[in-house]
Amino acid sequence: MNTETVIKGRSLWSDARRRFFQNKAAVAGVIALTCIVLISFIGPYFAVWSFEEIDWDTMGSAATLGKPSFASGHFFGTDDLGRDLYSRVLQGTRVSLKVGIIGAGIAVIVGTVYGTVAGYVGGSTDQIMMRIVDVLMSIPFMFVLILLLVIFGRSETMIFIGIGMFAWLDMSRIVRGQTLTLKNKEFVEAARATGVSTPTIIRRHIVPNLLGIVAIYATLLVPAMILTESFISFLGLGVQEPKTSWGALISEGAGTIRYDTEWQLLFPLAFFVITLFSFFFIGDGLRDALDPKDR
Amino acid sequence: MSEPILSVRNMKVWFDVRDDAAGGIFPKTKKLKAVDGVSFDLMPGETLGIVGESGCGKSTLARSIIRLVKATSGEAIWMGRDLLTMSDSDMLTVRKDIQMIFQDPLASLNPRMTCGEIIAEPLKTHSKGMGKAERREKVSAMLEKVGMDPSHINRYPHEFSGGQCQRIGIARALITNPKLIICDEPVSALDVSVQAQVVNLLMALQKELGISLLFIAHDLSVVKHISDRIMVLYFGNVVEIGTSKQVIEAPQHAYTQKLIASIPIPDPRKEMARREVRRAKRAAK
Repeated sequence: MNTETVIKGRSLWSDARRRFFQNKAAVAGVIALTCIVLISFIGPYFAVWSFEEIDWDTMGSAATLGKPSFASGHFFGTDDLGRDLYSRVLQGTRVSLKVGIIGAGIAVIVGTVYGTVAGYVGGSTDQIMMRIVDVLMSIPFMFVLILLLVIFGRSETMIFIGIGMFAWLDMSRIVRGQTLTLKNKEFVEAARATGVSTPTIIRRHIVPNLLGIVAIYATLLVPAMILTESFISFLGLGVQEPKTSWGALISEGAGTIRYDTEWQLLFPLAFFVITLFSFFFIGDGLRDALDPKDR
Repeated sequence: MSEPILSVRNMKVWFDVRDDAAGGIFPKTKKLKAVDGVSFDLMPGETLGIVGESGCGKSTLARSIIRLVKATSGEAIWMGRDLLTMSDSDMLTVRKDIQMIFQDPLASLNPRMTCGEIIAEPLKTHSKGMGKAERREKVSAMLEKVGMDPSHINRYPHEFSGGQCQRIGIARALITNPKLIICDEPVSALDVSVQAQVVNLLMALQKELGISLLFIAHDLSVVKHISDRIMVLYFGNVVEIGTSKQVIEAPQHAYTQKLIASIPIPDPRKEMARREVRRAKRAAK
C-alpha cells in the first residue's frame, strides 16, 4: 500500500483540540496562565532584591519608602519587614503552582488507578475499595491536615502528603462511575471475547476513554488545591518563612491594609485571581471540547 | 455426516436476581433461568440461526459458550474439548478460533482507536511475534476483503457509517482466520438496505472461508435468508430446531407458528389479504 494515499483520520482528540481553540475564554486562560508561569520562572533574573533579603532602609516605613517604584528596585513595593514584594510574589507563585500541580497530579494518578480497578474488577473488591473511600471522605480533611502540620511541623512535603491523602477520593469516585459505564460497552466485551488480558483492557480500552473526564477534573482540581494551600497559609500553617505562598502573602497584605500599603495585598491577589480564573476557564473549555454531547 | 465443530449439551445459565416480592430485611434471591437446558450441534461450515423474542436467552447462550457469561451447568464441546471447564490459557488459544460480531456497530468499536488498530487487536493478542509492517499489511488486505477502502485505515470509528462500522467489526472477527463466528444480532441496528449488504457479505465470506456461523437475530426474514438450520428459543428453552425450510414452511410448535405469522410481507396487497384472512378467522370464532 502506498503511504501517501492513506487518509489521516481525525481522532476525537484532534476534534476536541479544534473546539478548544475556538473557545476564546479558554484560549485567554491558556495565555494568561502561560504568562504567569513564565514570569514566575524568568522574573527572578530581573529582580534587584532576593525574596529573603531585607531592605533595612525601608523597614518600618513601608507605607512611604516601600512604595512600588523602579528607582528603588522594588517593582511591587516591599512588605512590612522591608522585603522585596516582587521577588516574594514570584517565589510564592512557584510554591502555590507547585502545590496545585503536584496535588492534582497525585489525585489524578492515584484516583484513576484506584477508580478503574474498583470499577472494572467489581463485586466485593469494588465494595471494599469504595467503602474505604467513603470512610476517608467522612473524615474532616482540613482538621487532619492542620493536625499533621502541627504535629510533624510545617513543610512543603507535609502539605503535599496532607492534600494528596484526600484529593484523590473524589477523583476515584468519578473514575469508577465512568469505568462502570465503559465496562459494559460492546468494545470491551469484544476485547474480552478475543482474549485480551484484563490489565491490557484497562490500559487500552478503559483509560483512554476516561482521559477526557480526568483532564477536565484535573484542571478544576489544580485551583482547588491552590485554594486549600492558600487557606492553610492564611491560617499561618503553610510553608515555612522566609519562603512564602499566595495565601501567606494575601494574609499579610490583608493584615497591613490599614497602613496604606494596599500594594501588599493587590499584587499577590492579582496573581492569585488571574491564575484561578485561567484554570477555571481552561477547565470549562476542556469540558465543552471533550463532551460536546453533555452541553 | 462429519463431526460437529461445536456441540452444546444441556447448557444452563441461571442468574441470581433480587426477589422483590419476598420482602424481609435481607433481599432474597431467586433464580432467573435465562438459558435452561439448551442443546444443539453445529457442523463445520454451517450457519445455525437462533431466533426468539427479546429476553429469551439468545445472547446469553452465545456469550456463555465463549465464557463471557458464566454458565451454571452444561457442556460446550469444541472439537472434542469442553470449553466451559478448560483452563484460561487453553481458552485463550481457542479464542483465536471463535470470534464474535456485535449488535451495535459503533459501540463495539473503541472510539479512541483507529480502524486499523481495532482490526489488529486480535492479531496483537494471538500472534504476538508478528511485526508491525506485516500486521498492517494483513489489516489492509482484510479491509479490502470486507469491501472497504484500505486507505481509511487511520480513520476513527465516528468517521464511518453504521454499515461501514459493522464491516470493521466483521474484519476484526475474521483477522485471526477463525473457524466459528458468533453473530449477535449483527444487522438489527442497521438500515434495511445496509442489512442486506452486510448479510450478503457475511454469506460470501462464509462460502469463501468455510466458517461456521451462529447467527442470532429476532428478525426471521434475515435468519431465513442466511441460515442452513434454525433454532427457535422461547424462555431459555429450545422449542424447535430444524432446517430453514422445515421451520419456516412447516412450523411444528405454536410459538414458531406465531413468530412466522408476524413476519411482515413486503407487499402491501398480500399483507392486506393476510389481515383479511385473520379478521375473517376471528369473526368465525
